[in-house]
Amino acid sequence: AGNEQPREKPCAQLLVSVATPGCDGFPSLDSKESYKLSISKDSLLLSADAVWGALRGLETFSQLVGRDEAGTYYVNETDIVDFPRFPHRGLLLDTSRHYLPLKAILQTLDVMAYNKFNVFHWHIVDDPSFPYESVAFPALSRKGAFNAVTHVYTAGDVQAVIEYARLRGIRVIAEFDTPGHTLSWGPGAPGLLTPCYLGKNLSGTYGPINPILNSTYEFVTRFFQEVSTVFPDFFLHLGGDEVDFTCWKSNPKIRAFMQEMGFGEDFTKLESFYIQRLLDIISSYGKGYVVWQEVFDNGAKLRPDTIVHVWKEKSPAYVQEMAQVTKAGYRALLSAPWYLNHISYGQDWINAYQVEPLQFEGAPQEKDQVIGGEACMWGEYVDVTNLTPRLW
Amino acid sequence: HLTITEPVAVLKADEVWGALRGLETFSQLVHEDDYGSFLVNASEIYDFPRFAHRGILLDTSRHYLPLKFILTNLDAMAFNKFNVLHWHIVDDQSFPYQSISFPELSNKGAYSYNHIYTPTDVHLVIEYARLRGIRVIPEFDTPGHTQSWGQGQKDLLTPCYNGKQPSGSFGPVNPILNTTYDFMAKFFKEISHVFPDEYIHLGGDEVSFACWKSNPEVKDFMEKQGFGIDYAKLESYYIQKILDIVSSYNKGYVVWQEVFDNKAQLKPDTVIEVWMGNNYAQELSRVTKAGFTSILAAPWYLDYISYGQDWKKYYSVEPLNFLGSEEQKRLVIGGEACLWGEFVDATNLTPRLWPRASAVGERLWSNRNVTDLKDAYKRLSNHRCRML
Repeated sequence: AGNEQPREKPCAQLLVSVATPGCDGFPSLDSKESYKLSISKDSLLLSADAVWGALRGLETFSQLVGRDEAGTYYVNETDIVDFPRFPHRGLLLDTSRHYLPLKAILQTLDVMAYNKFNVFHWHIVDDPSFPYESVAFPALSRKGAFNAVTHVYTAGDVQAVIEYARLRGIRVIAEFDTPGHTLSWGPGAPGLLTPCYLGKNLSGTYGPINPILNSTYEFVTRFFQEVSTVFPDFFLHLGGDEVDFTCWKSNPKIRAFMQEMGFGEDFTKLESFYIQRLLDIISSYGKGYVVWQEVFDNGAKLRPDTIVHVWKEKSPAYVQEMAQVTKAGYRALLSAPWYLNHISYGQDWINAYQVEPLQFEGAPQEKDQVIGGEACMWGEYVDVTNLTPRLW
Repeated sequence: HLTITEPVAVLKADEVWGALRGLETFSQLVHEDDYGSFLVNASEIYDFPRFAHRGILLDTSRHYLPLKFILTNLDAMAFNKFNVLHWHIVDDQSFPYQSISFPELSNKGAYSYNHIYTPTDVHLVIEYARLRGIRVIPEFDTPGHTQSWGQGQKDLLTPCYNGKQPSGSFGPVNPILNTTYDFMAKFFKEISHVFPDEYIHLGGDEVSFACWKSNPEVKDFMEKQGFGIDYAKLESYYIQKILDIVSSYNKGYVVWQEVFDNKAQLKPDTVIEVWMGNNYAQELSRVTKAGFTSILAAPWYLDYISYGQDWKKYYSVEPLNFLGSEEQKRLVIGGEACLWGEFVDATNLTPRLWPRASAVGERLWSNRNVTDLKDAYKRLSNHRCRML
């Protein structure tokens, strides 16, 4: 009788151990995503502090499983201790420049999970269209969507996205960008946008949200109350980028207001006036906020826990902006070098990969304020026909 | 000639190919009203293409393209009245063409046995194209761009030398061996039978001379032939022999511009494809001045993606904007939009090629004075939705 080799025990199960029980909550900026993966002949063990870490570990485990030529699945002995460098790893989708069907959003969430992204930044409305079906203000999408029946996100759709994301450990941060980028809000909310003037007469076109009317703040209060309840994440993205002052300048009532308030000719003061009232409203709903960098650049008064989203590549160079934002004590998110909608020929992934987010002048505690970044897929030239190959 | 009146619309053409184009136009005229009724306006159209050769190049060597995607693209080509599929079927990276005479070429040279075009596949592409009025011109590019051929055909490629020793790597097809020409004669005999079009594309681009220079036998041969150190002469020596072989099978040939630039002896009915971006207008002048027919690809390398509405730059190309007589200009028979495959496979082919290629399609079919970008934008947007 020869020596018989002991039969390899097939690995039948991966044991998952999570220290803090409970899977019903929502992920947050503070969620623990670390995990340990121990794979040996006798045991396969995944352990994590929280369920979010277990999700990340499962993704890693799925990547370790190979298949040989005979079709047998196998996994190498491994010991992994893993945790993310940055807690906010996001992806922006733009569903206003082009509507994205629900299926495309859900598919994107799947691929985000494969890549351990944990924030879906939903730039849901903008100038070209308003697909968000509001309960308090149904006219917004009825008049503002590309098509009020086929190109909207119903309350059910929105909940589906939030839950699908949650199950993958992905936070949904909705962006309702104001006071600029709001042309599509106008048809469903008459009186909201500033009417522009040509000399002494109305020109017929509209500009940013009208910051001088009480009705504006009544609307904003009611609208964001709904948004605060619909989206469970602590943070809302309030936009605040690229506000064009031309229309405000042309409007005599606005100019009169500027005089009353002592703003002179400085329209950034008017912009900050609006933004500050908006921020107070959001705070009163117990939400924190992320804003695009202009809100910080133009001197608005921000709560200390505001997150500033750096998106401009130049003027100033984003490296300088990161230094300034963190020096002022705010937390920062980096997107400037990661505008993936700016396609080019060849292996441009290399440029994105070589970005070092903390390469700027600053003290260690300032660098700690960089909580992460976001890859952005703006929708001017993107819809469901080309989203997936352009993003991944 | 399309006449749409009540009660009967009439489509007349000299040949069935015109009927196909007219049917495409007719399909574009039909629209749906809010109640779902189909309507077409009374119209009278006389239409014909400005250029006779309106092609799309697909590269199935850098990345294999499943049959389904080639067929879908033939559909899209028909929507845009393209009439030539320039099938750049093999290259350095892989050899997916399953040859009957030389099965080892794809056995050893394809990415895998799943990444092959069988004779049935090839036949299917040709027939699917034919039914849409599309010619299939295959390109078997030599002597450069042939690394994958060397896997299945030993001694075809030139062994490179490091000093006195072979380095282990290989260069272009070896032009000094009789076996090379025996192989090519047999190979192109098969190709001539498999592909019914009158023309075969023989490539001839980007031949690197470094390997030939390193090989002592090649250097010997150069001396014996009196070529000195002018390797362009060796390249032309090879090309001419291939051209003669292909001619003997009663096929015409298309070649990339280098074959002309390097002064090979070409038959008068050779078609020269101008692809180099620098000063392509000058090249067109030179080629047509020498009396050769030409097709233009240089400004239409659609694999060079960029941000924004780059269709406008493709649309704005005027192929006949070069110095030359009317007679010369008549020698430009058309052009091709090229989608090289270095960064393209089935996951991104369709959105990368379309609808940008539609801009080239209109440029090649429509009259020279159809140039208004605003008008084109409106029609292109509608056309894109139709194609979806």
